[in-house]
Amino acid sequence: MTSSIKMAPPAPPPPMAARTIWRRALSVSTIGPLAALVLACVYFSLQTDRFLTGPNFSLILQQVMVVGTLAVGQTLVILTAGIDLSNGAIMAFGSIVMTRFAVDGGVHPLLAIAAGIAVCGLFGAANGLLVTRVKLPPFIVTLGMLNIAYALTHVYSDEKTVSKLPPMLTALGRTFDLGGTRVTYGTVVALVLFGVFAFVLGQTAWGRRVYATGNNPEATRLTGVPTRRVLLAVYTVAGLVYGVAALLLVARTGVGDPKAGQTENLESITAVVLGGTSLFGGRGAVLGTLVGALIVGVFRNGLQLTGVAPIYQILITGVLVILAVAVDRISRGRNR
Amino acid sequence: MKATLKRRHRRTGIAAALALVVLGVPALAACGSGAGDDGAVKVGLITKTETNPFFVKMKEGAQAAADANGLELIAAAGAYDGDNQGQLTAIENMIAAGVKGILITPSDTAAIVPTIQKARDAGIMVIALDTPTDPQDATDALFATDNFKAGELIGAFAKARFAGAPAKIATLDLAPGVTVGQLRHDGFLKGFGIAEGDPQLVCSADTQGDQAKGQSAMENCLQKDPGIDLVYTINEPAALGAHTAVEAAGRAGEVTIVSVDGGCTGIQGVEDGKIAATSQQYPLKMAQLGVEAVAAFAKDGTKAGGYTDTGVTLVAGEPVTGVESKDVAYGKENCWG
Repeated sequence: MTSSIKMAPPAPPPPMAARTIWRRALSVSTIGPLAALVLACVYFSLQTDRFLTGPNFSLILQQVMVVGTLAVGQTLVILTAGIDLSNGAIMAFGSIVMTRFAVDGGVHPLLAIAAGIAVCGLFGAANGLLVTRVKLPPFIVTLGMLNIAYALTHVYSDEKTVSKLPPMLTALGRTFDLGGTRVTYGTVVALVLFGVFAFVLGQTAWGRRVYATGNNPEATRLTGVPTRRVLLAVYTVAGLVYGVAALLLVARTGVGDPKAGQTENLESITAVVLGGTSLFGGRGAVLGTLVGALIVGVFRNGLQLTGVAPIYQILITGVLVILAVAVDRISRGRNR
Repeated sequence: MKATLKRRHRRTGIAAALALVVLGVPALAACGSGAGDDGAVKVGLITKTETNPFFVKMKEGAQAAADANGLELIAAAGAYDGDNQGQLTAIENMIAAGVKGILITPSDTAAIVPTIQKARDAGIMVIALDTPTDPQDATDALFATDNFKAGELIGAFAKARFAGAPAKIATLDLAPGVTVGQLRHDGFLKGFGIAEGDPQLVCSADTQGDQAKGQSAMENCLQKDPGIDLVYTINEPAALGAHTAVEAAGRAGEVTIVSVDGGCTGIQGVEDGKIAATSQQYPLKMAQLGVEAVAAFAKDGTKAGGYTDTGVTLVAGEPVTGVESKDVAYGKENCWG
């Protein structure tokens, strides 16, 4: 990814401060994915009357929230023209730390949760330090960290699923009633997280620095922005977000599962790309990522409800990803 | 401003084109599957993966039985062996789809239990195929191979073949903590008449049931002890991998390899003399019985219960005295994959 930054032509100046959060959320790169999501929903509603119901939408939200939360962190990293292959493995390790601390260590569940999230934050910080201090490409750093976290997960868990969790660890898996539909607290937490990061990225100086660093790190550094500190913060914050994903995962599955998180790194990248965020950095929005995650979830659920073989979901995801990047590439070319 | 608007229009065009393609794919896919038919009773089948021939055969059996009983089959699978979240999501979607029964080969036998309970609470009959849940009574019923017996059969075969002579044994196992692998391994030892820790056991390695990993494992075992002359393997891909390693070491014909599964490739391996004997199991039958049980449940509410042994048969290239076995022709007739 670093090399592609260097090869990129002089990018447009950092986004102007006057842009509102909604303008950015509904920027051109998000319209395509949103249209695809809406049309997919319309299509599945026509195919089966089980699709367009409150409980089914609550279910889809529930199902995409773990990957969606990982994708929030992934969006931060990709906005800086990086990539994070390690997030699923970091999440798995965090979930094992939480559950083992609470079940085998007898630690208070809240402390165990904090420990799990903190460990994920440390992994993120380690990624960030290696990228900024040792100047390694994010792809390589996170590829290495993927293996390290995966191995530690299996060593620390002793290959065993941690079960019989204290209720506090799975509290986010419980539901409340919203107009006759059961919604999990985890869904709310994840949606709030999306809202927070939409605000931070769109409305704060730090957010603009993230975009600027991704757009053109050298120019941004020359304007006096400490880009290395921005990058380090991005990877660390992403790590903490993966910790929240770990908690959501534990709440959703009700266990600490060492085999979890093996495909989530690519799934989170898929969500980010489908949501219109550019892999070349500096362009995109976290709410687009939510749309991207929902597209995958809607297709999985809709195809299942209509009885179509699940392999077509994978086929469609592949087509969508390439289309999304192609659209980004074409629109970027026109901006030149 | 005008330029921006124009660009925006063009991008909307791209978006529309994108959406058309996206929606075209499922429409095509739906053509062949009779989607949207909400009339028929639905039955869900959730396998560990979609690509393993064992599960392909299972799905085939389920589809045939569903067609015969006028049921609609909805299939799903994990992304990889051990993908608990994928199976969990599939169960949720099947509850939403309104299935009458779910047949599942659980990837994580304990972790899936709360979700299975959710399905049962929704009035769905859940049957485990091939692999029991932990605890076993988390599902209404279990249709599976007796994996301990499968191991015992090839253990007894090897014992008769060695006829009292001491053996140097390598066991190419599945993975730590997986019940199926443990049961077959223990069964083999019992059939051969030795206990864990016996000096005849000179090498043990995990293969994940994968041919390439089976080959590496066997290569390493032969490094450890070049005199190995009996190899227990968790399944036939591992056995064929082991054979490749043995052949490369120039010891083909001196090493007895035994296995479990009864897939068509494996049976071919028995015919070719690469595998001495294998315990054949019947995934098609598991799925067939499962679908029939769901059909019966939908008809008059009779629930299946307990454990049903779907049978296991020893298939040997050359039979040994004292151990009953079938020949390759029988194995081919009943093989899968």
